[in-house]
Amino acid sequence: MSEQITINLTVNGEDVSQTAPPRETLVDFLRTRLQLTGTHMGCEMGVCGACLVLLDGRVVHSCLMFAAQASGSEVETIEGLSERGIIADIQEAFHQRNALQCGFCTPGMLMTAYALLSQPGVPSRDDIRDALSGNYCRCTGYEAIVDAIENVARARAAVANGRQVEEIEG
Amino acid sequence: MVTNLDVNDPGDMLLKARAFSYARPATIAEALEMFQTAGEDASYIAGGQSLVPTLALRLQAPQALIDIAHIPELRGIAQDGGWLRIGALTRHCETLSDPLIAQHAPLFHDAAPYVAHPAIRNKGTLGGSIALADPASEFPAMALAMGAELEIVGHNGSRRVAADDYFIDLFRTAIEPGELLTAIHVPIVRLTHRWAFDELVRRRGDYAIVGSGILADVRDNRIEGIRIVFFGVGNTPVRAKTAEQGLIGRQLDQSAIAAAQAALGNDLAPPDDEHTPAMMRIHLARVLLGRLLSRIAEAA
Repeated sequence: MSEQITINLTVNGEDVSQTAPPRETLVDFLRTRLQLTGTHMGCEMGVCGACLVLLDGRVVHSCLMFAAQASGSEVETIEGLSERGIIADIQEAFHQRNALQCGFCTPGMLMTAYALLSQPGVPSRDDIRDALSGNYCRCTGYEAIVDAIENVARARAAVANGRQVEEIEG
Repeated sequence: MVTNLDVNDPGDMLLKARAFSYARPATIAEALEMFQTAGEDASYIAGGQSLVPTLALRLQAPQALIDIAHIPELRGIAQDGGWLRIGALTRHCETLSDPLIAQHAPLFHDAAPYVAHPAIRNKGTLGGSIALADPASEFPAMALAMGAELEIVGHNGSRRVAADDYFIDLFRTAIEPGELLTAIHVPIVRLTHRWAFDELVRRRGDYAIVGSGILADVRDNRIEGIRIVFFGVGNTPVRAKTAEQGLIGRQLDQSAIAAAQAALGNDLAPPDDEHTPAMMRIHLARVLLGRLLSRIAEAA
């Protein structure tokens, strides 16, 4: 029993049309059909957060949905965020602070950090910890990851304040 | 409980769902029709945050999946007289951010941060959670605490079922096979209402050991009416009716709170499990009840 259906979606800004069995999860679809292997497959039950992607702008688990459900939607993976340069400062901060060791959880961590830092305001360490509560890391003990995200939050806020000062002083 | 592995099918040898057909109806009528055509081996899917893992683990293996996530009739949050109508497809993250829910159905708002993790809340739906009726989940219990009514549609039309009559047993509700939960109607809280939510949990985002939501009508410092609901303590969310009755007409002082805590022995009969003996769970329920009633007393 291998009924195939056509799935049309946008992945990292490009239109994709593929046939796949309805039971194929979005993470399998991304990794095996599109070779976008930056999205990692860990627990396959929505616990570890290694498979996070953006679905129409919101962070979701690509293991907790079938590719068919994403038909008609816009998906952005870690490759898309990385190539757009939009998380370059977060990646740099992870590097500087040694916020990764094996790196398996890192794509999901970056997705969560991106979503958190896209919200207004400067998150506290508690906010950061809460945002990371759905991301497992078995190497770092999290402290360096929280540090890295906090550093970016402060750096971005400082830049934003600098701009405001420039505008006022004209 | 893995069913009928086919060694010739590579998908069957991995942690994957059994094969199914997929359909995406545009209207409620179309969805009901598709379910009837597929027979009882069909399943509706909305956010899928509970369903997809059960399919991957093959605890369920429907032959047809009917994706109701794109039905506009199931969306929307609007005030309707003394009620707030919340469309079933309202996502957990919207439950957290929507100002109408925060104002009129505040226990949903207060419980939302405790439901799983941010990425799950971006996809999971309020209707899906209440239709599944996991006894350890926050939203079904808060629907009961607020005295919500559940709007259910089937081939015989639409009906509203009071939350008190809706939860029947473990994962069993008033929804019959093929029917759809379309909206949650919540009676709007009044100025005299006070409420509180909390849960005791080992790790943020996990299922609570015990959780509770309380909605109380407090006038002239006295309890006029109160609904106390616990979750994680049995096969359904449970109203602590003996504790409720003991509080009616009373001031929320230390002795009233202690009496309510004592009464929980009549109201709750949790099972023993490998982590938490029943007596420990009742003890923790009493601790939680004391905290919540104290908060309500301070707010009154």
